Amino acid sequence: MAVATEPKPEARPLVKVTINGTVVEVPAGSTILEAAEKAGVRIPTLCHHPDQAVKGVCRVCVVEVEKSRTLQPACAYPVSDGMVVGTNTPAVREARKVIVELMLSRHPADCLGCARNKRCELQSLAEELGIREVRFPRREKEYPKDTSTPALVRDPSKCVVCRRCVFTCNEVQGVGALFPAYRGHKALVVPAYDSPLAEIVCALCGQCVHACPTGAITERDDTDQVWAALADPSKHVVVQTAPAIRATLGEELGLEPGTLVTGKMVAALRRLGFDRVFDTDFTADLTIMEEGSELIHRLTKGGTLPLLTSCSPGWIKFIEHFYPDLLPNVSTCKSPQQMFGALAKTYYAQKFGLDPASILVVSIMPCTAKKFEAARPEMNSSGYRDVDVVLTSRELGRMIREAGIDFERLEEEPFDEPLGISTGAAAIFGATGGVMEAALRTAYELVTKKELKDIDFTTVRGMAGIKEATVDLDGTKLNVAVAHGLGNARQLLERVKRREKDYHFIEIMACPGGCIGGGGQPIKTTNTVRVRRIEAIYREDARMAIRKSHENPAIIQLYKEFLGEPLGHKSHELLHTHYTPRKRV
Amino acid sequence: MHFYRAHVLVCAGTNCSLRGSRAVRERLAGELARRGLDGEIKVVETGCFGLCEQGPTVVVYPEGVLYCRVTPDDVPELVEEHLLKGRRLERLLYRETAAKAVQTVPQMDFFQGQVRVVLRRCGVIDPDSVEEYIAHGGYQALGKALTQMKPAEVVEEIKASGLRGRGGAGFPTGLKWEFASKAKGDVKYIVCNADEGEPGTFKDRLILEGDPHAILEGMAIAGYAVGARKGYVYIRGEYGLSIQRLERAILQARELGLLGEDIFGSGFGFDVEVRVGAGAYVCGEETALFESLEGGRGEPRLKPPYPTEVGLFGKPTVINNVETLANVPPIIQNGPKWFRQFGTERCPGTKVFTLTGDIVNEGLIEVPMGITLREVIFGIGGGIPGGRGFKMAQTGGTSGGCLPVQLLDVPMDYDELAKVGAALGSGALLVMDDTHCIVDIARVFARFFEHESCGKCVPCREGTMRIHEIVCRIATGEATPKDLDNLEALARTMALACLCPLGQAAPVPVMTTLKYFRDEYEAHIYEKRCPTGTCRTLAGRPALTAAGKGV
Amino acid sequence: MLIPMGGERMTDKAKPVLDLGRIDEIVSRHKGREGALLPVLREVQDFVGYLPREALERVALGLGLSLSKVYGVATFYTLFYTEPKGRHVIRVCESAPCHVQGAREVVEALQKELGVSFGETTPDGRFTLELVSCLGVCGVAPAIMVDDRVYGNLTPETVVAVLQEYR
Repeated sequence: MAVATEPKPEARPLVKVTINGTVVEVPAGSTILEAAEKAGVRIPTLCHHPDQAVKGVCRVCVVEVEKSRTLQPACAYPVSDGMVVGTNTPAVREARKVIVELMLSRHPADCLGCARNKRCELQSLAEELGIREVRFPRREKEYPKDTSTPALVRDPSKCVVCRRCVFTCNEVQGVGALFPAYRGHKALVVPAYDSPLAEIVCALCGQCVHACPTGAITERDDTDQVWAALADPSKHVVVQTAPAIRATLGEELGLEPGTLVTGKMVAALRRLGFDRVFDTDFTADLTIMEEGSELIHRLTKGGTLPLLTSCSPGWIKFIEHFYPDLLPNVSTCKSPQQMFGALAKTYYAQKFGLDPASILVVSIMPCTAKKFEAARPEMNSSGYRDVDVVLTSRELGRMIREAGIDFERLEEEPFDEPLGISTGAAAIFGATGGVMEAALRTAYELVTKKELKDIDFTTVRGMAGIKEATVDLDGTKLNVAVAHGLGNARQLLERVKRREKDYHFIEIMACPGGCIGGGGQPIKTTNTVRVRRIEAIYREDARMAIRKSHENPAIIQLYKEFLGEPLGHKSHELLHTHYTPRKRV
Repeated sequence: MHFYRAHVLVCAGTNCSLRGSRAVRERLAGELARRGLDGEIKVVETGCFGLCEQGPTVVVYPEGVLYCRVTPDDVPELVEEHLLKGRRLERLLYRETAAKAVQTVPQMDFFQGQVRVVLRRCGVIDPDSVEEYIAHGGYQALGKALTQMKPAEVVEEIKASGLRGRGGAGFPTGLKWEFASKAKGDVKYIVCNADEGEPGTFKDRLILEGDPHAILEGMAIAGYAVGARKGYVYIRGEYGLSIQRLERAILQARELGLLGEDIFGSGFGFDVEVRVGAGAYVCGEETALFESLEGGRGEPRLKPPYPTEVGLFGKPTVINNVETLANVPPIIQNGPKWFRQFGTERCPGTKVFTLTGDIVNEGLIEVPMGITLREVIFGIGGGIPGGRGFKMAQTGGTSGGCLPVQLLDVPMDYDELAKVGAALGSGALLVMDDTHCIVDIARVFARFFEHESCGKCVPCREGTMRIHEIVCRIATGEATPKDLDNLEALARTMALACLCPLGQAAPVPVMTTLKYFRDEYEAHIYEKRCPTGTCRTLAGRPALTAAGKGV
Repeated sequence: MLIPMGGERMTDKAKPVLDLGRIDEIVSRHKGREGALLPVLREVQDFVGYLPREALERVALGLGLSLSKVYGVATFYTLFYTEPKGRHVIRVCESAPCHVQGAREVVEALQKELGVSFGETTPDGRFTLELVSCLGVCGVAPAIMVDDRVYGNLTPETVVAVLQEYR
């Protein structure tokens, strides 16, 4: 990823460090924090993040170091042989408390009403340090909330200027929407000119939500709309679940990261009262049909190459801002979410004799940008808003908890048909490299007319930021590349612009790890957690009976009785879209 | 070569300029021309002479007669009397408080106590003339270093001299150069920290205005010693004249091959670039300066790593204060033993002090390290004007500690002052007489830090604001004893946990005043009374009077 | 052809059109230099009078930096202004040396004469009053700066006289 790499710890000599009287041996150059972990001593932190460069700005982790005039930040200070550290001395305890009280005295007092209640690191710190009283008079920052986008809500009054979102937005995502501004106690992380997010280059990817320790940035909560619809007998409420949700929803309900909960997820949605529980994986297979055909069309008819995938709306907004000249490269295929919505209000409504005006399409997404995507003006080819409401996995988790459903005890249930039938190729959409692999599984058989024996394209799997491969389609060589995280996307696009290589097909996901690491996923989402979620995704693929999109019987049926053929007239009307160049700065 | 029978030196340092020295110089030039004397008498604009309170100052050589508070209207009489008739113009002569009319510069008590090493050319040469700089011994040290010494030998000389950083931290300069010279890498930098922001300090401004080439020479010697080929001078944006003079000096030096490739045919090349600050005291902190020079917010970095390993643009960097660099050529020229004859064992050499506040001789002096506070204030400084009583002196600028009358005999060097909880710092000295309120001045100290905190680390960003808030409440009679407890907790936390010396030092001035003048604080808190009658409410009405009554 | 704004500071009332070509020229001259942002901002402000959004956007595009970073840097420093200022900026020092020498009374006289507080601009757009930290001319305290010029040894009377020079 975009994090600087250190020389391997094993290559460094070991040094002895004494932490609170316990002696441990760690590689030279380790931080006090790392040594303390080895000694079994917990040091509280705030601005520290395991996937980011050290900042040392909050000073919560300061500790006593023998012979040092001042306290030192444990997250940053390197150990040396014979160092003696005290992490719980009276001076340290006082400093920590004063520092956290200083933050609390600038912070709004509405924990109970905050989206991060019980998941807030400032709250946890206050509790851990035993703070019962804040000795400084409350002086909140007066800043209006930014609700300018359908996706994210920014509340600068809760910002503790830890700069974790700055690292994510600039170094990992390469977007640069957020940066510290002003000076002294007025310093705050804001967009330029305190602009609303809707007026700047923010991709709405929501990675900042995962970086933020407090409720300074959260998703927009749309659950009220869904509760109302579920209680409205005149509404036929249909839900679709993204590929990534089945590998992460469990975390919202107390299960370990990497637990696959597909059947329970369906059961819970039924309990909540959805009239039909369908699967976005269905339209993921459809996307492969359309996009695979589009790729072959461009390859054989001299179309614009490389073809860039288009199912990640944060990525789409990113390229609209920063590389509008490459928009002709982007696939015209809508994302599976949007294809689903369009079909739900046409194909599905017609097939089952429903009035499309009474259908409400709700999607459960790992993604904050999907809320923006659903609201894009052009996403109404069904004659209605194709997707009505998007909920993140966090919002669904809240609904399940609010409904009192004992998630762990639910029996597994299957999706409804026909829009709930899918393949393993669709399931892997949730991981970086998944769309590419799914597309290759189909493209191989379409192009070579032969059966694909080894369907695991492992070269495009995993957490490496940019993955490249050359795939041999029985003589036809395809240069493919996969990037996840917008910072890596930018690098790859620069290579494309420099014509370093003749790429044919590129998959880009805005979020590190792919959708399983999306901005709408359960908090905490760290790289360690992403890896476990990815493993679950490939387990889901491996256990499915059908693992190639073009073998999905429901998809075959869809073309036969409704769409005709891929890239046909009906497809173009319902399943394809166009893009909007936006301001670069 | 043209010989002049007399030189008239007009101080054109910023402080005298503000009092109209330019007009005096122009009138002089005009008057001499009118009388046909301009071929035999030269008028020279020099850097600061040090007697800022008495400006505009004019010195006539070869006698060295000092005239003070000269106005353009005085000029015709001055020319007539002194330059034509050879008589002193009594009414303009410098007078000391003893009402003794002193006539020549060498006889003045003000200069007797001084040892002008760094300031030796200020007030003597025309800073815009590289020829005068060279004639006064300039660039000899660089020549000696490049042609007669190895880089390691230069480092050894500076180490042996015991020179310590004059910006405030007092770190041994030779040691710093040694670390940098040993650091790995081909690209290294010399940075001159001219972001003089410490309130009460204006020595670097006047050194740069009065003797800019000295800095260039010092930097080039440093570059040779550590293996750096490029230097930057980071000057604060408000110092317009310093920037101009330095840029002109750089052009002159380049023209003469004293900067650039192959200096003195030694094979060593060095060049200097000026970079301008944009108004942030914190950029005086070395790593914040790097951040600013690199085009970012001036926010300090974590240390370790230290600048000599990872500095400007990530390369090994020596960053030295203006005054430190100005000491380098004389040390190389005259040797460490010469330097050590001044000052103390652990703090050799001289120090430039800037005298401000309630003191007769406001201005610039250079004295050996180790001189006592009493000698500076009441000796060279001329004492307190109006015969008022001494209340306190703050050394080292706003981030330094405050010393009451019982500490007047402390020697002024880095170590001795640190022992009593004060700091030599930049050499700023602010003297306060007994008409001022301690709480009021503490409020001003606190406000400064609130304004200048960069905001990066929590304890400084929030702590400076809270300290100011509390001291204001004390000043307006709204404080409770709990406020003092909070103040003390904040002070302990900030001194220990802040990321950089700005935050670590921020509580010091307030806390030293609390230590030595606690009764004044307590009068404000418990009696709602300001003993000196200075403090007012935020609405501007006198709320706390000397008698304790009020609104 | 866009109308150049020249070096004079303009007020909100007369917000002229920005000469983007000139900004591009400044950027291209500094581009490639390390740490170019600060010298660029300084020159652009000298030319435009302050740093309006359109100018910062142009600088961001030209230097390949995010607008949020350019704004973050510009708002850090006291000498950069992202809001239009009066024709003349008065910077008053109230650090300890000036304060001890009577700066408070000088400040009060200024505020009374101008009718504005710190950070504000007079209604006629002529003066903006700013409180700043030490200007480094403590030998002639109390001192102020008006644009690039320093005035020292001020009293409540003489400071008002200084203002007259600018009326």
